This record gives sequence, C-alpha cells and structure tokens, in this order.
Amino acid sequence: MEPVIVKKDEVDLRVAIGTLELKNPVMTASGTFGYGREFESFVDLPRLGAVVVKGISLTPRSGNPPPRIVETACGMLNAIGLENVGVDRFISEKMPYLSALGVPVVVNILGESVEEYSRIAERLADVAGVAAIEVNISCPNVKKGGVAFGADPKMAAAVTAAVKQSCQVPVIVKLSPNVTDVTLMARAVQSAGADGVSLINTLIGMAIDLRSRRPSLANVIGGLSGPAIKPVALRMVYQVAQAVTIPIIGIGGITSAEDAMEFMLAGASAVQVGTANFVNPRASEDVVDGIANYVREQNLDSVRDLIGALLLG
Amino acid sequence: MSQFQKKVELVRTEVLARDVVRLTFDAPDIAAAALPGQFVMIQIVPGQDPLLRRPFSIHQTSSDGSLQILFKVVGRGTKLLAEVKAGEQLSLLGPLGKGFVLGDPDKACLVGGGMGIAPMLFLASRFCRQTQPVQAPTVILGARNRQELEPLLAGFQNLGLEVLAATDDGSLGHHGLVTDVLKGLSLAPGFTVYSCGPRPMMAAINHLCLQEKISCQVSVETVMACGMGACLGCAVPLKAGGYAHACSDGPVFESGDLLWSL
Ligand SMILES: Cc1cc2nc3c(=O)[nH]c(=O)nc-3n(C[C@H](O)[C@H](O)[C@H](O)COP(=O)(O)OP(=O)(O)OC[C@H]3O[C@@H](n4cnc5c(N)ncnc54)[C@H](O)[C@@H]3O)c2cc1C
Ligand SMILES: Cc1cc2nc3c(=O)[nH]c(=O)nc-3n(C[C@H](O)[C@H](O)[C@H](O)COP(=O)(O)O)c2cc1C
Ligand code: FES
Repeated sequence: MEPVIVKKDEVDLRVAIGTLELKNPVMTASGTFGYGREFESFVDLPRLGAVVVKGISLTPRSGNPPPRIVETACGMLNAIGLENVGVDRFISEKMPYLSALGVPVVVNILGESVEEYSRIAERLADVAGVAAIEVNISCPNVKKGGVAFGADPKMAAAVTAAVKQSCQVPVIVKLSPNVTDVTLMARAVQSAGADGVSLINTLIGMAIDLRSRRPSLANVIGGLSGPAIKPVALRMVYQVAQAVTIPIIGIGGITSAEDAMEFMLAGASAVQVGTANFVNPRASEDVVDGIANYVREQNLDSVRDLIGALLLG
Repeated sequence: MSQFQKKVELVRTEVLARDVVRLTFDAPDIAAAALPGQFVMIQIVPGQDPLLRRPFSIHQTSSDGSLQILFKVVGRGTKLLAEVKAGEQLSLLGPLGKGFVLGDPDKACLVGGGMGIAPMLFLASRFCRQTQPVQAPTVILGARNRQELEPLLAGFQNLGLEVLAATDDGSLGHHGLVTDVLKGLSLAPGFTVYSCGPRPMMAAINHLCLQEKISCQVSVETVMACGMGACLGCAVPLKAGGYAHACSDGPVFESGDLLWSL
C-alpha cells in the first residue's frame, strides 16, 4: 500500500483484500444489510469500508415459506431461502444508488451449479461500483445431489476458479462453518485463485416449539447467527489464518469494535457486521468509530498493526 | 421517509387489564413522523438476551411528543417490557412500515380485535382530526371479555366516537364476533374497512368484504428481526404467488392481495 502522510488527528484505518483497498476494515454481512439503501436513515454509508449486499442469484428467488426466522439464546436462526431480486434487477435497480454514493460494493453471489456462478460473475464483471465479488459456497449443488459446494474442497475450488475466470474484480470466497476442517476448504480455494476468504457463514441449527410440537422454522433447519456464534467464528478465523496466506475477513456475532478487533488479532484483515445490524442499524458505523478511537488511544501507526497480532505463550 | 433510532424515556406504565399494558414514551421525533398503522421496534434490554427488538403498533401519539403502545404479555420479551420502570430509557426504532391509506371518514369502518385495537385508536384520531365530528368513522372493537375491552374504549369515546363492542363471553356489547357486528351494518359499496386483529378474524373480514365488494385494509403480524426490510424474515404469502414483507411492504395490506387460506 502507498505510504500516505496521515494527519495527527486522523487515523490510518486502511486495509487491503488483494487489490481491493478499503478505507477501513468494516463491511456489512450479506443478507443483513439489504441492498444498503434500507439503512440510509441510520448509517452514513460512504463511511463504511464496503457494503456487502444480499446474495444475488442468476434469476429472482422468492424464498422459503414463513416462519423464516426465530430468536434463540443470544442469536437467531434464519431460513430465508436466499430470496433476492436476481442479477439483472440488482444491476438496474439497486446498483445505481450504491455506485452514486461511491461506497465500494461487494456483491455476494450464489448458484446451483458452477456455470450459474460464472454467469452471474460475468454479468457483474463490468458494472460500475462493483468492487469485489463474494462467493457464497454454502449453497447446494443441484447437479451433485445437493451437497453444498462449501462442504467439498474440489467443488469449492471449481467454483472459485470459474468465478475468477469470469471477472477481473477481486474474488472473496465465503466459507461455510458446517465442515469438519475449515482449513481444508480455505486451502482449496486459495489454490484455485481466491483473493481472500470470508468466514463464517451461519452454523446450521434447529429450534422446536414445544407447545405446538413443531419446528420453529417452516424449513425445519436454519442458519444460526449473532453473538452466540462468535467463539466458533473466532476459532475458525484463527485456524484459517495459520493455514493460508490470502487475507481473511472475519464474520460472526460482531456487535462492537471490541469484537471486530478480536477477529483482527486472530488474523482477520477486515470484518463484517451481520445480525447486529438488526438490533442496532447503526452498528457498522459504530464499529468504524470504535476502531478509530482504539487506534488513536493506543497510538498505533495503523489498524493493520492489529492483524494477526495475537500474543501466544 | 424519516426514521429514527432513539433512546427515549418511559414516562408511564399502566396495567389496563390482566397482562394488558400501555406504555407512554417521550419520543417527539418518532411521534411527529408517525402515521396510523406504522410501528416501532423496541429493544427490551440493552444486552444480548433477548437479542432482537420487538415490534409494536403505534397506539397513540400526541402533540406533546408522547407516543403510546398497547400490548399483551405473551412471552419473555413482553414480560420484561412490562417490568421496565418509569424514568428508564429504552431504544426505539421508528416509525416503520407503511400505514393505512385514509379515505373518507364517513365511509370508514374500523374493526379491531384484541391487541389489534392498538393501531385503531391512532387511526381513529387521524380520521377525527381531518374532518367535522359529524363525519365520524364507524368503530367496532372486540375482545375476550369486558375486563379486557372496557379500559380500551375510553380513548375512542374521548374522540366523540361511538363504539360497537363485541365480546366472546357477552359480558360487554354483542355476544360473539366483531364480524357478526360488521355483517349487521350492511355497509354500502364505497366503504373501506380498516382492520387489525387475530388472523382468523381478519380472514373472515376479508371474506365478507370480498362478498360485499367493499375494500379492506388489514394490518398483519409476523415475526420480525429488523423491521426495516433488511432481513427478509417477515414474509407474507401473496395471492398472486411469492411473498411481500410485512415490515416494509406492510404491515398494512389490501386484504385481497394476501393469501388467507394457509
Ligand atoms: C407490526 C407488528 C405490530 C405489533 N403490534 C402489537 C401491539 O400493538 N400489541 C401487542 O400486544 N402485540 C403486537 N405485536 C406482536 C408483538 O410483537 C409480539 O407479541 C411480541 O413480539 C412477543 O414478544 P415476546 O418476547 O413476549 O414473545 P416470544 O417469547 O417471542 O413469544 C411468546 C409467544 O408469543 C407468540 N408470538 C411471538 N410473536 C408474535 C406475534 N408477532 N404475534 C402473535 N404471537 C406472537 C409466540 O409464538 C410464542 O408463542 C405486533 C407485531 C407486529 C409484527
Ligand atoms: C437473515 C440472514 C440472511 C443472510 N443471508 C445471507 C446471504 O444471502 N448470503 C450469505 O453469504 N450469507 C448470508 N447470511 C450470513 C451472514 O452474512 C453472516 O455470515 C452470518 O450471519 C454470521 O454473522 P453474524 O453473526 O454477524 O450475523 C445471512 C444471515 C442472516 C442472519
Ligand atoms: S423484519 Fe426484517 S425484512 Fe421485515
């Protein structure tokens, strides 16, 4: 990164994910921030490192029947069913607002086959304002009997390579925690050319309503998110940091700057704020403010001093 | 569209009936921007359990900046909310959602059942504000019994409105359902029914209005995480297929647009 002279009262919060340079390490997590605009009354969007939008598929998806969400201890389960407007409407209806704001947009994409992923990436490749693509590999591969791409290193690598070939922007692969060894997946996508990895996606869980003797979600199982999953997410970020050299984006239960900086110590170059946006719509900007204060108070040269700076032994 | 996230003071807690509570907040920004049918998301505790905010219809606002909600204790969140002491601060998010579309007051019939009465008072007061009292809307309110319904009538009576009451046990007004009362009115085409209440009640009202060719707006409830269109958790099945979102497309919908037979 180019050295710049940082003014005394300003702090250097810049981080990089491959060629993607961010003014600070704070992004929003896919599916928890809509298409950005929903938060305009609460967040000064250009102050964020990047906005990661709801997962986009090749064609619109209407999602699962309700109930789609249920609260659990310090967290929530969701089975939204990847409802989204589809890549064409995303480009025509949602991108103009975001690109006019000048905030880097990371587009989270999902598909049911390798070809679908690359076709979405091709459509997004030249769209103004798209700063990077985040590949959600927690989806089932219909052509391979519905096994999640993210549960098989070969399939994850194939998707990564295909998306890399379809666009010039940095490609971040979002890892699923629902695997035996997350480092295998991280290594596989690094070898396939990923510019970074983000983790974790939601942990598969379930809730039951004793009164009705029914599952709380119509889909029976769903993804667990929120503060409840933070320790698992931190552990996985730490393990992946030992296994790969590409930058890591830490996700999982972050509600404050303190949480975010713990992920950075564990090895993350950047973070995403997810479920916390639902409780405090200003959470992402609060995390930016909190990190800036910490860097200033601790007299750090830059926020980058925190990355992987965990003290052991 | 002005929306606010504010720490506001709880001014007053009133227990109106068993497990039925009315809270008054000093929330001038939200109160000034609010429209009938809109709601607020309230953070019950500052910590992480329960984690999510809870949605409540705006029951009443006043020019002094106060905002009221009316709710029933049904679970952990509402139990904790009922125990908050006057003088404490709570975080409110709002006003959220799309409210009722107001037509002619003298061609309006408001039907509230149970806690669905909450948004009806705010709606009634807007109807009364915009015209002469002679053009008052018709109001039908129902609840399980007199204990539950009686304390809620005063707000409407203070507006000079006559309320047609119905109770499940016949202890006040009509012995039976609000839909019976509505049926008895034989509303002319051109009327609009505004309704909020338990799902079976609204389904019956939708059915009746379809038959009588009367337009009908309903305020629906779903579970919600964000209340602002971000999580897509609040899906409401549409008659035409697919889903709307209760928090951002609603909570008020044309009843005919929704799928009632689930
Ligand atoms: C737009 C909107 C406006 C609302 N306005 C009001 C209002 O003015 N007054 C009022 O009393 N309630 C209102 N509700 C319902 C209220 O939000 C719930 O009762 C509350 O969230 C329950 O929280 P809890 O933690 O006490 O219950 P939980 O512990 O979450 O649940 C306890 C029990 O209540 C049931 N429950 C949970 N949520 C709802 C719900 N949305 N509707 C019906 N049952 C539910 C659960 O199935 C469970 O059996 C509204 C809901 C919405 C979506
Ligand atoms: C309601 C909801 C919807 C989500 N949708 C997506 C999605 O479309 N694509 C994706 O990659 N992750 C999605 N996620 C996962 C989040 O981006 C994030 O990885 C996860 O919630 C963990 O972070 P958190 O604990 O901070 O929420 C979703 C999460 C929630 C709660
Ligand atoms: S409650 Fe989150 S989108 Fe409606």
